[in-house]
Amino acid sequence: MAGSTHPTVGVLALQGDFREHIAVLGALGADAVPVKRPEELERVAGLVIPGGESTVMDKLSRMFGMAEPLKAAVASGMPVYGTCAGLIMLADTLLDAIEGQQTLGGFDLVVRRNAFGSQLDSFETDLDIPVLGDPAVHAVFIRAPVVESVGAKATTLASLSDGRVVAVEQDNLLGTSFHPEMTGDTRFHEYFLRKVAAA
Amino acid sequence: MSTDKNEQLGQSSLNGTSRVKRGLAEMLKGGVIMDVVTADQAKIAEDAGAVAVMALERVPADIRSQGGVARMSDPDLIDGIIAAVSIPVMAKARIGHFVEAQVLEALKVDYIDESEVLSPADYVNHIDKWNFSVPFVCGATNLGEALRRITEGAAMIRSKGEAGTGDVSEATKHIRTILGEISALKGKSKDELYVAAKELQAPYDLVREVAEAGKLPVVLFTAGGVATPADAALMMQLGADGVFVGSGIFKSGDPAKRAAAIVKATTFYEDAAIIAEASRGLGEAMVGINVSDIAEPHRLATRGW
Repeated sequence: MAGSTHPTVGVLALQGDFREHIAVLGALGADAVPVKRPEELERVAGLVIPGGESTVMDKLSRMFGMAEPLKAAVASGMPVYGTCAGLIMLADTLLDAIEGQQTLGGFDLVVRRNAFGSQLDSFETDLDIPVLGDPAVHAVFIRAPVVESVGAKATTLASLSDGRVVAVEQDNLLGTSFHPEMTGDTRFHEYFLRKVAAA
Repeated sequence: MSTDKNEQLGQSSLNGTSRVKRGLAEMLKGGVIMDVVTADQAKIAEDAGAVAVMALERVPADIRSQGGVARMSDPDLIDGIIAAVSIPVMAKARIGHFVEAQVLEALKVDYIDESEVLSPADYVNHIDKWNFSVPFVCGATNLGEALRRITEGAAMIRSKGEAGTGDVSEATKHIRTILGEISALKGKSKDELYVAAKELQAPYDLVREVAEAGKLPVVLFTAGGVATPADAALMMQLGADGVFVGSGIFKSGDPAKRAAAIVKATTFYEDAAIIAEASRGLGEAMVGINVSDIAEPHRLATRGW
């Protein structure tokens, strides 16, 4: 892992598999903490938005005054990594949202929720991600979103064999449709922590 | 992006694996799964912040009061609910009724609850859940029962509680029992685990896995009798990964408000000020029955073994 310091990295803990992210980041030497309140966000140098249900994260973040501080953090250049629901939360434009659902935005993307169908269509596969090198990343997609269109500011990091984009980057932002926190492959989290160290 | 390489890799793509099945439950953690009997109720639940809905024909309180055989819901009802919401939809099959489960899989529900709330179809065998690509959640009153269900392929466990009562005491007992038995395993030496497996009536390898990890290999929710925001927070403080609320919402005076309040209390379960705020002005809670007033043979938690 890059850097000899121990950056404090938050994981948005309103709902979802935030404990798994905290465990991975902690094992990589970061001081990983759950973030549910605006004052907790102020203490972190980077943030992971975990997998979970995006409609619930959206509602709770607005209800408890987290949405505006989160938007400000993204705009200020704080490194933020979204997995699955987290990627949805970061997208500028969301398709197949429920009525009234909002995103934080900031990531120049069009993302579609539940792009593969029901749970029966959830799957795991190996994915070549050039920026992480060999071997391929084992990627788990759970009722996952896909990036339908990558804006001018964002870059594609990986696509499925059918061309659908499932990993993206834009300056300090990182997003994956799948869940590296579930497989024990820590390369995405290491990549993210290098952004935190460089920020 | 090296599409050629990914075309090759894409052929390794797998559906319905344990990781994928257990993974959906991981994503529901910290959330509230709500029983709904109509598409309108499903919408209310989604708007209130449910992480998933459980589609059924009658909530447990009505099954209890109306009696009769309780079965899988009408496919039209399940289709209507799937069409109404974008969050995961679960549905119940009777214990041991693998054809109801096949039907629910064909309807593309996201999770099947092999549930003691319905009338059991088999008093000896549970469903062999490894035969399915759709994941299953099963109820348990203690660790041995939870591990037997996992051995049969359950990808998520919920403590049973006593459904349809609004009395949280059984849910408390079951979650405390399961987590207490896991703690007890952690202190045991390797040779003691053989006896522990015998006593739990569960496979040794799974018992050892739990002893080493200090937790179940699947997500553990709690269910049965949760009716208020404080009930939900109690379950979370006791160590549940999330909460099922059955009759507690749509048998109350103001379902939308109560549902949203229970969601808030589940997320901020350690913050009494937020739970207090969420508990204000919710109108009438479901009336409820004390579990002690229900004769043993009529308790749903005794179904399944």
